[in-house]
Amino acid sequence: MTPLLQVKGIEKRYGTRIGCTGVGFDLYPGEVMGIVGESGSGKSTLLNCLAGHLEPDAGQVIFDTRANGPVDTLTMSEPERRMLGRTDWAFVHQHARDGLRMSVSAGGNIGERLMAVGDRHYGDIRDKAIDWLGRVEIDGTRVDDRPTAFSGGMQQRLQIARNLVTGPRLVFMDEPTGGLDVSVQARLLDLLRGLVREMGLSAIIVTHDLAVVRLLADRLMVMKDGHVVESGLTDQVLDDPQHAYTQLLVSSVLQV
Amino acid sequence: MAAMIELKDVSKSFTLHNQGSAVIPVMEGASLTVAPGECIALTGASGAGKSTLMRVIYGNYLAASGQVLVGGLDVAQAEPRQILALRRETLGYVSQFLRVVPRVPTLEVVADPLLAIGCERQVALEKAAALLARLNIPEHLWGLSPTTFSGGEQQRVNIARGFAHDYPAMLLDEPTASLDVQNRETVLSLIEEAKARGAAIVGIFHDVGARDRVCDREVNVSDFTPGVLV
Amino acid sequence: MSAYNFAYLDEQTKRMIRRAILKGLAVPGYQVPFASREMPMPYGWGTGGVQVSAATLTPDDTFKVIDQGADDTTNAVSIRKFFEKTAGVATTEETEMATVIQTRHRIPEAKLREDQILVYQVPIPEPLRFLEPRETETRKMHSLEEYGLMHVKLYEDISQHGAISTAYAYPVKVSGRYVMDPSPIPKFDNPKLEMEAIQLFGAGREQRIYAVPPHTRVVSLDFEDYPFEATKANHPCDLCGAEDSYLDEVIMDDAGNRMFVCSDTDYCRSRRKAGHQGRMATEGAA
Repeated sequence: MTPLLQVKGIEKRYGTRIGCTGVGFDLYPGEVMGIVGESGSGKSTLLNCLAGHLEPDAGQVIFDTRANGPVDTLTMSEPERRMLGRTDWAFVHQHARDGLRMSVSAGGNIGERLMAVGDRHYGDIRDKAIDWLGRVEIDGTRVDDRPTAFSGGMQQRLQIARNLVTGPRLVFMDEPTGGLDVSVQARLLDLLRGLVREMGLSAIIVTHDLAVVRLLADRLMVMKDGHVVESGLTDQVLDDPQHAYTQLLVSSVLQV
Repeated sequence: MAAMIELKDVSKSFTLHNQGSAVIPVMEGASLTVAPGECIALTGASGAGKSTLMRVIYGNYLAASGQVLVGGLDVAQAEPRQILALRRETLGYVSQFLRVVPRVPTLEVVADPLLAIGCERQVALEKAAALLARLNIPEHLWGLSPTTFSGGEQQRVNIARGFAHDYPAMLLDEPTASLDVQNRETVLSLIEEAKARGAAIVGIFHDVGARDRVCDREVNVSDFTPGVLV
Repeated sequence: MSAYNFAYLDEQTKRMIRRAILKGLAVPGYQVPFASREMPMPYGWGTGGVQVSAATLTPDDTFKVIDQGADDTTNAVSIRKFFEKTAGVATTEETEMATVIQTRHRIPEAKLREDQILVYQVPIPEPLRFLEPRETETRKMHSLEEYGLMHVKLYEDISQHGAISTAYAYPVKVSGRYVMDPSPIPKFDNPKLEMEAIQLFGAGREQRIYAVPPHTRVVSLDFEDYPFEATKANHPCDLCGAEDSYLDEVIMDDAGNRMFVCSDTDYCRSRRKAGHQGRMATEGAA
């Protein structure tokens, strides 16, 4: 089986400071990988390098494209990379406002990616938007409401619908449940888990919440000071951490 | 017949980096084989390492050395995705605690392992319903999340989930603990049925009666406990 | 003549603007940045159009200015006088006679010819601006032909009003490549954008020039199930009886009586001269 994503030797520096360095892994179709670490550990820098939002100083991000097989997305032309960002890739931001158009209706938000890839039938676009609202548990009658009229949890679900409507194969998520109430988090996690399985999605989830990765991620990568200090099966890393930092991280979780 | 589960000279230790890098050896020279259709019981005093051994087999704990072969795959060396595939297809684990996503209905929790291997939804739900009925979980609870259930009910949901898919290899951690007579009987039948279809089982049974009834052999994990360091 | 250089601007500036115009013609619909000068009129009064006109006019040209179709409004009169004074060119109110026509928010009804140039005053040249405020991002969207957002706007129109309610500045795709704001002309004029004359667009405050060369394909964006429609008030002109021209609605009194008249004053006048009469022709002529 060909990995969906092969990451090799990614390094990003901010001046002399290291953002992240020496990061490499293979992600296979259907796999969900979590990246954990504290603030400043480089996990968000890495995610942005992988998703093409930041240009790394070294390394390769090879994606198994539908048309041409494995291609290094860092050497792709920008139009190709942006096209990938609208079709096979999706990015779920921590703050829904960063990933939504707040002045555009829910239907327009979901429809944007469809229109971007050439859908020109209003009725079809609207039907798909309503269908997706249902899939993320938002009432279809809200299709013409703006996200500003939605709760935080609904905004986040709308963002997910907007991203998944074109049937991407790889989803990048940056703290998808950050800033949400615990009860809302649980609902979102359940929804994501269902969608990941149903659509056979691969995902890379950056979070500092170990409970989130335990529920969502098959694999885990632990980062500290820009380096990957440990990686492996999620439950193995959490239950039998090998590295000093991972042990500290796991033992620091408050028990309820 | 080839062994389904085979451990060769496995050791396990914990290094506590944040406590002066203390190294705590917990297992040495662990070897055992389990053939298809065979059930072995792990015995030994509390703390002797029964659960640790189970976790090493499941890939939840990383073996320090040796081979942990399950269905031919060396769990000690395998890639995460290989272990995940093994857990999906081959190796089941009924732990003592139910760990689920909040809000997911019980019926879905039990059907989940079947859905994960691509079983048709209707078939999976029917099998899950049959198991829940057999384990006396009242039908009006199936639509609720098991997180709100009593300890005994959670344990039975956990067992139903563990037996939903016919795994060729299974790990059972005190499957009959805290069950009443009738449910204990059901669980023992499930184990016997699993053996009959050829499952290789490693279990921990504090319930001596249950152990005597379903287990073919006993392995005392105290034999793998490292000598006390002087 | 006066102490002004021909057409007010110095020769270097006109040359710079002409280069921008030529580039605009070479890349139809592309917004060419240019070093917009201070003009002796406020922004929003046609500073972009005036600079393009200044760079386009020659002493032999005949110049016409319309403001929403009319030759006789303050803005049109001022600009016409400005070039009478600074360039000494001939001016006219007759579309037929003009070689350069500066317009604000209309395309003349009369079919324009190959030897004519139409100069538009543009307030906001960026069609994506109201959806994407970042210039860096809109430029990138143009360069990568990412125009999904434009349809989002039309989608929003339909979802809110049941039809595409954008009535002016209706976005178009030029020559199959760039999406362009045709300036705030009514969408009734959109089909006329495919014409024989050269069309130049100048935005003074935003410092952009763009162009549509003659015989260029200009398509109004729409949906398959909500096709583009060039609409106008469903009336004939009350003065000249024309049924094919864009109409202004004029409130006549406090009782709410109203009349509809051609917004293109020259078109209306020439029709009446030719004997056509509308419902209120006698009053209007008075």
